[in-house]
Amino acid sequence: MTTIRRLVRWEMLLAILVVALIAVGATVSPVFLSANNFSNLSAALTEVAIMALPMALVIIAGEIDLSVEAMLGLSCAVLGFLWAEGVPLWIGIPTVLIIGALGGALNGLLVTRFMLPSLVVTLGTLALFRGLALVVLGPRGVSRFPEWFTTFGFRNVPGTPIPWPFVIFAILAIVLGFILHRTWAGRHIYAVGRNVEAARYSGVRVDRLKLSLFTLSGVVAALAGVIFTARFASARADAGEGMTLTVVTIVLLGGVNIFGGRGTIPGVVLAFFTLAVLGNVLRLTRVSTEMQSIATGALLILSVVVPMVAQQLKLAIERVRRDRHPPSVGHIAGAEAAGGEEAI
Amino acid sequence: MSRHLGWAATFVGAAMLVASVPVVAQDASMEPAAACTPSDPPLSVIFIPKQVNNPYFDAAATGAQTAADELCGEFSQVGPQNANAAEQVPFITDATTQAPSAIAIAADGPDEVVPSLTAAMEQGVKVVGYDSSPAAGAYDVFVNQVDFSGVGVLLADWACELAPDCTGEIAVLSAAETAPNQNAWIALMTDTLANDAKYANLDLVTTVYGNDDPQDSATQAQGLLQTYPDLKVIVAPTTVGILAAAQVVKQQGSDVKVTGLGFPNDMREYVKDGISPVFGLWSVPDLGYLTYYIASLLVDGTITGAEGETFTVPNLGDYTIGPDSVVTLGPAFRFDASNIDEFNF
Repeated sequence: MTTIRRLVRWEMLLAILVVALIAVGATVSPVFLSANNFSNLSAALTEVAIMALPMALVIIAGEIDLSVEAMLGLSCAVLGFLWAEGVPLWIGIPTVLIIGALGGALNGLLVTRFMLPSLVVTLGTLALFRGLALVVLGPRGVSRFPEWFTTFGFRNVPGTPIPWPFVIFAILAIVLGFILHRTWAGRHIYAVGRNVEAARYSGVRVDRLKLSLFTLSGVVAALAGVIFTARFASARADAGEGMTLTVVTIVLLGGVNIFGGRGTIPGVVLAFFTLAVLGNVLRLTRVSTEMQSIATGALLILSVVVPMVAQQLKLAIERVRRDRHPPSVGHIAGAEAAGGEEAI
Repeated sequence: MSRHLGWAATFVGAAMLVASVPVVAQDASMEPAAACTPSDPPLSVIFIPKQVNNPYFDAAATGAQTAADELCGEFSQVGPQNANAAEQVPFITDATTQAPSAIAIAADGPDEVVPSLTAAMEQGVKVVGYDSSPAAGAYDVFVNQVDFSGVGVLLADWACELAPDCTGEIAVLSAAETAPNQNAWIALMTDTLANDAKYANLDLVTTVYGNDDPQDSATQAQGLLQTYPDLKVIVAPTTVGILAAAQVVKQQGSDVKVTGLGFPNDMREYVKDGISPVFGLWSVPDLGYLTYYIASLLVDGTITGAEGETFTVPNLGDYTIGPDSVVTLGPAFRFDASNIDEFNF
């Protein structure tokens, strides 16, 4: 109960922030509320947002996957390589998704079978996948993709201001949100994140779960690579460099606790909108890019500080309330127990 | 205690965020000169260089601002922190949303910017490429700062001049790997080296990329000096790279010579030290000036970008549009000890 209340409060804060930013945007720039702008808004962060969804699940389960940006690059490179060799996209795209699954499974196996910390494993695969991408494609870029592909990457669903990649993000958000919040698999993810040993003893197949999450992260990163290639009409081995940090930023800003066990998909979606609107407003008002970095960094720090501070506040308020209304005789045992817990 | 601290922290953070937006939004368009009357609708051109905080593009911007003042139009410049095509595209799309008369762009990658530029052109925004060309078809006119093949031959010539007896190993330190202009110059230089017997003894051992970042370029230059102990010349066709290479060579007391494209003010001491006896460039402010003028001619319909059209630009002269809608500013200019003191940019 308390968790839900605390989470709802964080999402509320984010929602208020998004509305405030939209208000600022509408005031500062006459073009902010145009359909065109909404379309552009989400475009720049599309791949990052898509990768943030499985990343949230991975972090809630107590692990982390730093290799996503490199898997995006590898997927981009392989797709470009295959296209340049004449392999049609309807073979190329499933191929890179399979590669994504394999890469993710590699991460998962190293973490579960060999009991290595995911931070170290994915740091290694971050370099490995990027290296593989450079071996496959070298320094060159592949372009001249078919028009349907680049239209999918860059244009909107006909008649609406919604870019096609955003549709993918929305579908993924709904599916993963459903899994996390409405199925037993989701409850298992939270359990594993809170206390992995307790979960294991409760019969949760921890290893299988983590392996699935890493594999999912790999596949989605590969999908993000396909979208990246479509959006820029160009495949390069250095695609996605630097994205991991932004992905983690969105996840943490969304209220997911870096130590695991807490977080929601709606929070991540709201965090994506916050960063997207913020970036858009700053660009439309021609604020320097340094200021944009500062603003993003400040938001991230707030996202970590505010929940901690909110928790302190709650405890302090409860202490005050307990002092003002001491429990009656019959409840002394219960109160002592509660007081004992608080002292921790 | 923590209660107050918590609220204070939240307020300060939020205030900082909200305050940062209007305070720094100053950096926007300049006012047109009071003496002239702006057209209706006003001419507004947004420049999107490869990256901001790059002295080369700031120099071009001064020329563009001069043109804007003469034509009573608006000029502003926005761009990514890093010379990276993926970072440049959001600036293109956001600029298009603001419906300017024209966008001038120095592309970080020829293909990556095509979807966004095509979308801009569809919405009636004129697109002028400058310095570094988007792929053909994604612009109305491309202003080439210098004749490509001319630069390719000159780079080969200068390397030959600086290598003892036109013999030995040379290496190229370029900008970003995707940069269309540098890649074109390097390709032509390699062609010249391969096909002209005069350069038969020059051996181009490698090309490295400094991404127009001073730190990266310096690291790459150091790498070259270590990996190729017999290196004679570093050719850096980028103002950031040539300066970084010259600094590294001077620091390490190496005999390697440095040439390429650089600003006279940056390179003057290295000319006098003998590290970079010859290099070249062109008038960068003129590039910005010409680009802005061409944008205005496209907007008012004087030219459409078709091959063969001619036009005149005050202070610069007559131009004819060539194949692929390319206009060339002029030939490259050689700087050496005999003339280095005459220039100030």
